[in-house]
Amino acid sequence: MRYLPKSPAERRELLAAIGVKSVEELFSRIPERFRLKEALNLPGPLSESEIISYFKERARENSVGYTSFLGAGVYNHLRSVVTDTIIQRGEFLTSYTPYQAEISQGTLQAIFEFQTLMCQLTGQEVANASMWDGSTATTEAVLMAERVTGRRRVLVARSVHPEYREVLKTYAKNSGLLVDEIPFGADGTLDRNALESAMSDDVAAIVVQSPNFFGVIEYDPALAELAHASGALLVVAITEGVSLGILRPPAEADIVALEGQSFGLPPSYGGPFVGVVATRQQFVRQMPGRLAGQTVDAAGRRGFVLTLATREQHIRREKATSNICTNQALCALAATVHLTLLGKEGLREMAEQNLAKAQFAHGELVKIPGVRSAFHCPFFNEFTIELPGPVEQLNHQLLRDHIIGPLALDAWYPELRRHALVCVTETTTRADITKFAGSLRAALAAHQEKER
Amino acid sequence: MSDKIKKASRHVSQNEGLIFEHSSPGKRAFDLPHLDVPEVDARKLLGANHRSEGVEGFPEVSEIEVLRHFTRLSTWNYAIDLGMYPLGSCTMKYNPRVNELVARLDGIATEHPLQPQELSQGCLKIMRLLERCLLEITGMDVASLQPAAGAQGELTGILLIRAYLEKQGNARKKVLIPDSAHGTNPATAVIAGYDVENIPSDSQGQIDVEKLAGLVTEDVAGLMITNPSTLGIFEKRIAEIAEILHAKGALLYMDGANMNALAGVARPGDFGVDVMHLNLHKTFSTPHGGGGPGAGPVTMKKILAPFRPGPILAEKKDGSLALEPAGPDSIGRVKAFAGNFGVLVRALAYILAYGPGIRQATEDAVVNANYIRKQLEGVFELPYSLPSMHEVVFSDELQKQHNVNTMDIAKRLIDYGFHPYTTAFPLIVHGALMIEPTESESKEECDYFIGAMRAIAEEAAGNPDIVKHAPHSTRIGRLDEVTAARKPILRWRPEGSQ
Repeated sequence: MRYLPKSPAERRELLAAIGVKSVEELFSRIPERFRLKEALNLPGPLSESEIISYFKERARENSVGYTSFLGAGVYNHLRSVVTDTIIQRGEFLTSYTPYQAEISQGTLQAIFEFQTLMCQLTGQEVANASMWDGSTATTEAVLMAERVTGRRRVLVARSVHPEYREVLKTYAKNSGLLVDEIPFGADGTLDRNALESAMSDDVAAIVVQSPNFFGVIEYDPALAELAHASGALLVVAITEGVSLGILRPPAEADIVALEGQSFGLPPSYGGPFVGVVATRQQFVRQMPGRLAGQTVDAAGRRGFVLTLATREQHIRREKATSNICTNQALCALAATVHLTLLGKEGLREMAEQNLAKAQFAHGELVKIPGVRSAFHCPFFNEFTIELPGPVEQLNHQLLRDHIIGPLALDAWYPELRRHALVCVTETTTRADITKFAGSLRAALAAHQEKER
Repeated sequence: MSDKIKKASRHVSQNEGLIFEHSSPGKRAFDLPHLDVPEVDARKLLGANHRSEGVEGFPEVSEIEVLRHFTRLSTWNYAIDLGMYPLGSCTMKYNPRVNELVARLDGIATEHPLQPQELSQGCLKIMRLLERCLLEITGMDVASLQPAAGAQGELTGILLIRAYLEKQGNARKKVLIPDSAHGTNPATAVIAGYDVENIPSDSQGQIDVEKLAGLVTEDVAGLMITNPSTLGIFEKRIAEIAEILHAKGALLYMDGANMNALAGVARPGDFGVDVMHLNLHKTFSTPHGGGGPGAGPVTMKKILAPFRPGPILAEKKDGSLALEPAGPDSIGRVKAFAGNFGVLVRALAYILAYGPGIRQATEDAVVNANYIRKQLEGVFELPYSLPSMHEVVFSDELQKQHNVNTMDIAKRLIDYGFHPYTTAFPLIVHGALMIEPTESESKEECDYFIGAMRAIAEEAAGNPDIVKHAPHSTRIGRLDEVTAARKPILRWRPEGSQ
C-alpha cells in the first residue's frame, strides 16, 4: 500500500524486536470473539488515478454547466489562486493545533492576523480563532450572552437564517434556554413593535441577522439601545461577510457571529466554512473557542501563543465555555490570505460590484409583468421577489436553460408562498442576469398560458 | 548542535512582520473584472448603512508581498510533511494529496448546498458511500454525517441518548465519564443538560467494572468511553460494561478518537457500543490544517435512528438520493447545511485508497507504538503496563529526580527535529508523555525518534539545563504565557492608537 512506509521484512523485524511472533498477538487484549476474522467489505483499494476518476464521475452528476442564483448563507465569490497555493503548503495543511508555540509561529501569527481582520471588519474589539461555521457561531454567541447576563431567554428574529435558528433550538433545548421568535414586518425587517412588547428584564439577548435572510439590511444601532435599556445584549449574525466592505459594521452590537465562507472558501456543498465570534474586550473571558495572543520570549522577541485557555474544555472540562476543540483553522487561514489579497480597496470594490449587480438584476426582474419586489428596504446582494406563479415549478422550467433559479422561501415561511430569494455576486455576469430574466419571463408566460 | 541530533540541522529562517506592517495606501494584490452593469451610488442606496471609508486598518499590499508573507510564516511551522508528529490521541498521519485534488474538482467544490437535489446526485452518492464505509468499519446500523468535528459528534451522540430516554419517559440526570477521558467529553455532557460523574480508573488504568456496576443507577443516562482508552489500552471488559449499562436502561457512548487502533480489526458495534463518533481528521487522514477543519460523523444502532439530526440522507423509490427533513423525534439540526462535505470527500478518498486493506494501516500503527514502547521501556517510566495498542503513555518519573519534567523533554525533542508528543495528558498519569506514532512512520523515522528520546534521557541525567531551557534551535524561545493571559493582546493595532 503506497501510503505505508514498511516492507514485509521490516514488519517482521519490528515484530521480532517487540518480541511477538505475529501481529495478532498485539491485539490479544481484544476478546477473541470481537476480533474480525474476515476482511471488511469496503470498496477499493483504488489507485490514485482510479480515485480521481471516481470523483470526476460524481462531479459530472452534479450541477456543472449551470448558472446559479442561490445565496442564502453560501455565496459564490471570486477566489485568487494565491489563496489555494498558500493553504496547500504542507507546513500549514499538515500541522496540528499550535499548542507548541516555538514550532507553530506561522499558524499562530496567521491566526493573530485573522483575529485582527475580523475585528476591523465587524467593528468589534476581540475576535476568536474560528468556530465551525456561522450557524454554530450564532448559537455560541447566544450561549455566551446567557453566561454574561445570567438570563435564560432570547429573542430571535424570524428573519435570521432558518437553519441557524434550528441549530440554536437544538442547543437551547437542553440547557434551559428559552427561544422566542420575533416576526418580521411588511418591509422584511423585524417587527419593532413585536420586539418591544416581547422585551423584558429576563431577556439575555436580541438576535438579528444583517443583511437578513431576505437580503434586507437589518442592523440598526437603535437595536443595541433597545437591548441595553433592558440589560440585554445585541447579537448580530452575518452570513455574507463581503457586505461589510460597504455596510456600516455592527460596532454597537455586543457580540457578532460571522460566517466567513465568502472570504475565499468554495461553496463545497455546505462546508467546511469558518465561523467567528467577535465581541467587546470586557466579555473576552466568556468567549468560546481558541484565541491567539501576542507575547515575548525570554530574549524579548515578539511571538504568539494560544491564550486564555482556562475557558476551554481541555483545561476546564465540564466548566468550559464551550465544548469546541478542533475548529476551522485552515479555513480561517484561507480567509486571512483572501482578505489580505483583496485589501481595503479590493473588498470595497467587490462589495460595490455586488451591490451594482444586485441592483441591475432587481431592475431586470421587476420589469417582468407580475414580478414584484417583496420588501421595499435597502439590500446588498440578495433580494426577495414575489412571483405570479409557484416558485418550484418555475425553477423547474429554468433548469432547461441551465439556470438554477432563486430559492423558494415557502418551505421555511409558509406565508411567503410565491416568494423567492435571488442572489447575484461579482461572479454573475450581465449576460447571466439577462438570460435569467428572459427565461423567467418565458416560464411565466408558459405558466399563465396553462392557467388560462 | 549535539552530535546526537541526527534528523535536523540549522537552516536560514526569514524574519517577517505582521502583514499590517507592510501596508501602504494604494498597493493592491487583487483586481476585479470590469463591471459590466451600470455603476450605482452606494451612498444614495444605502443611506446611513453605508460604510463610505472602507474597512479601516485593512492591509494594502501587493501580490508578491502576500505570497512571501505567508510562505515565510509557513516555514516557521512543523508539519507532518516534515517529519514524525507523535502527538498522542491526535493521530497525525500522512494526508494524501490526491484527497486535496478531488475535494477541489469543479462539480465538487463548486456545489451549493441548496441547489436542486436532482443536480446534486454526485454529492449525495459520495455521502452515501461514505456512510456505508463508516458503518462497515464501526459495525453500526445508521450514520449521520452532519457534525462538524469530534466535539459536535459527541454532542450529537449524547443528545441521541437523551432523546431516546426521553421518549421512554425519563431523560435521566447524569453521564458517567472515566477520569482518563478527553476534556470535550465532560464539556459536551453539560451542554446536553447532564451532570457529569467522573469514574476513577483502577490500578491498571482500566475502568473499575465492579465500581461501575455500583454507580449505574436509574439516574444514569449513559457512559462515555474511549476505547482503546487514552492510555492506549483496550478495555477488555467492554462487553460486560455494556451489559451493566443496558441492564439499567442506560446506553454506551464511545469516543472514536482512537479508532485508528481498531479499524479492520474489531468493531465497536460488535462489542456493545450504542453510538459513537469518528474524527475524520484523525483516523481518516483529513488534514488537521493547524487546528481544523475536521468532521465528526456519528454512527449508531437502529434504536437511535428515529432521533437522528436532519437532514437525513434517504434513497427514493426511483433509486435517486435525497436529503430529507428529519422525523418528529429528531434531536434537531446541529449545523447548517449538509455537514463539512469537503472533509467527507477527503475521508472517502482515503478509505477508497485502502479498501479492506485498512487493516494493514491499523496493524502498522499498533506495531510502531509497541516498537517504540519496547525501545524506551526502562528509559522512561511506564506507569501502566498492560499491552499498548496504537499509542503508549510514559511518565517523567525517572527524569523528575533531575528536576526535568515532561514539558522540558517535549521541548528538547524539538531540537532533535521532532514535534513533541502530547504532554500532561491523560490526567491520570502524573507528568505524562503520550506517544502515538501512527502507521505513517517508517522504521527509520521511529529509530530516529527512539534515538532522540534516549539522548534526551541521558541529557536529563548529565546536563539537565540543556533540557530545561530547550528548545535552543527555534526562532524564538519559550514564550511568556503568563503575561499573554494576564494582559491579553489579541489583535494588532496601529502604532500610536491604544
